[in-house]
Amino acid sequence: MDKSEIYERLNNVFRDVFDDDEIVVNENTTSSDIEDWDSLEHINLIVAVEQEFGMKFNMGEVTKMKNVGEMVDIIISRINK
Amino acid sequence: MKELEYPFDVNYIMKNKKKIKRELLEKQGLLEKNIAILGGSTTSEIKNILEIFLLDYGIKPTFYESEYNKYWEDAMFGNEELDNFKPDIIYIHTTNRNITQYPTMYDDEKTISEMLNSEYTKFEKMWKKLEEKFNATIIQNNFEYPYYRLLGNKDASDIHGRTNFITRLNQRFYDYANSAKNFFINDINYVSSCYGLDRWANQFYWHMYKYALEVPAIPYLSFNIAKIIKSVYGKNKKAFVLDLDNTLWGGIVGDDGVENLAIGPEVPSGQVYSEFQQYLKDHKSLGIILNIDSKNEHENAIAGLNHPAGTLKPEDFIIIKANWNPKNLNVKDIAEELNLGADSFVFVDDNPAERKIVENYVDGIATPEIDVPENYITIIDRNGYFEVTNFSNEDLKKSELYKDNAKRSQMMATFENYDDYLLSLKMKAEISTFKPIYLERISQLSNKSNQFNLTTKRYSLADIEEVDQDDNYIKLYGKLEDIFGDNGVITVVIGNIKNKDELHIDLWIMSCRVLKRNMEFAMMDMLVKKAQERNIKTIYGYYYPTLKNKMVNNFYDLQGFEEVSCDEQGNKVYKLDISKGYTNKNNVIEVKE
Repeated sequence: MDKSEIYERLNNVFRDVFDDDEIVVNENTTSSDIEDWDSLEHINLIVAVEQEFGMKFNMGEVTKMKNVGEMVDIIISRINK
Repeated sequence: MKELEYPFDVNYIMKNKKKIKRELLEKQGLLEKNIAILGGSTTSEIKNILEIFLLDYGIKPTFYESEYNKYWEDAMFGNEELDNFKPDIIYIHTTNRNITQYPTMYDDEKTISEMLNSEYTKFEKMWKKLEEKFNATIIQNNFEYPYYRLLGNKDASDIHGRTNFITRLNQRFYDYANSAKNFFINDINYVSSCYGLDRWANQFYWHMYKYALEVPAIPYLSFNIAKIIKSVYGKNKKAFVLDLDNTLWGGIVGDDGVENLAIGPEVPSGQVYSEFQQYLKDHKSLGIILNIDSKNEHENAIAGLNHPAGTLKPEDFIIIKANWNPKNLNVKDIAEELNLGADSFVFVDDNPAERKIVENYVDGIATPEIDVPENYITIIDRNGYFEVTNFSNEDLKKSELYKDNAKRSQMMATFENYDDYLLSLKMKAEISTFKPIYLERISQLSNKSNQFNLTTKRYSLADIEEVDQDDNYIKLYGKLEDIFGDNGVITVVIGNIKNKDELHIDLWIMSCRVLKRNMEFAMMDMLVKKAQERNIKTIYGYYYPTLKNKMVNNFYDLQGFEEVSCDEQGNKVYKLDISKGYTNKNNVIEVKE
């Protein structure tokens, strides 16, 4: 799966979770860019991303993740193993 | 909504919860309730998912959510927000993370006993405080098993083990639940074991977000809570409508012949159907009535049900429709004959096409997606259609009552004059002010009655107890028996005295089992008598239309009231002046107080 395909699927997950069809994410997107992205929705996002890509983040990764770009890097490293 | 029935797709629910919520909010006639969630860990997503399950049951919740792990402080010391919120339901979401002390190997038996007591007492105090302060139903989690066992297998049996400690603490909770009213255990111990404890207790979610269960498990938890709440508000199903071939036995009776059906202990495929028949039959003790809707010749259906190895016999069923009509039409006929709404039925059929037809044509009916026979029980059971909260002795006799009714209809056919028929029933009624032993049944009736219900006001047991204690109410129940049997408590009237000489009828309900028996006139006579004793001059009646109560649209007209007003929605107000006398209307039922 290439990066653009991951972004496309990820974008759909964001739209579902935050119930907003206008959302477009890029590698620099952070929680401050999306209105409903608070710590409680964060967990739902993580769960939805895990389900979409059939993988699990570990605690260390979730705590360190700074933006969507880093999230995508983790997804790539996991699914291409 | 099909997506919210077991077995459900957790991913779908979690991802689409907002969309699902919007869709469900469009339903008409939602029952609004205030629900306080007092949590010992994060509850945000539990609340969100609970909301959609409740909406699916026709209940629209407004939530109060305690601050993180402030369940005890909120309960014991209160806070203004919660006090003003006036919860109808208080859900206490505590887990083994909230147990503050566990035994160690250094502790002796007495110390552990005291420890157990102190953990338990903390909860008991809280429940009592909540009960005293709020007139609400309390739902309390029990404890799930610990996710590790220091003593290995001995953790279960040894008093020093956490598993043992939790088991004992749970037992104390159950003892309380058995003695308290309006208090129910949310059995997360069972739900977590069904889900798989290792996954349930995924520690990632605790350390990251202080969720005491993994987030994908939340739909199972919330569904379980919703089942208790819908049961408290009388939204349980009431009857099974069952297919025969490949549902109650393996094979097709018309083609294969009775002797070749799979049922009974000899072969695995027979065993599985025997167990399913037993499971269905056991529902009779809960007051759930069984009916058949099968595409078969009637005599073949009866022959199959008389199979010597079968557990269910023809007499276990109230109505048997074995014919070649479309199944949805049979369902509607059964509903009519039983005087029950078809939305209170669970339709069990192995054929997905039949389920689809029934689901499409019969609003609100449950059509569980049973797949293979060995899964029938689990799929039906996990859906919690008949979740028991208030159980009354009436339920034990339910099937008998419906049978008696069938006999009455037969007898009616032999009379030309309806009054003669009524007199021949030799009806005796007891109509009296509320008595403690009937309060449970009265609350149950107020939650179950949909058709003969003028205001569709629902009363929890706590609400009924409050009315019972309040002198500003005239509150009557009615029991009716006849030559065929005792119907038990089947009607309730609650009137509120205002402005000294006015009586406003808040609730008038009657079970459809006793329609057209003139019981409503006997009730009216007694209501007027009681009102006159309290110097009431005018009685006000109210009719609020719903989708189900058209049958009582003209009820107060028949009782001789005069219509005062009627708004656009059809809500009507009536009044009756009793200051200048009143003539009794009932002359077929012998009434005692």
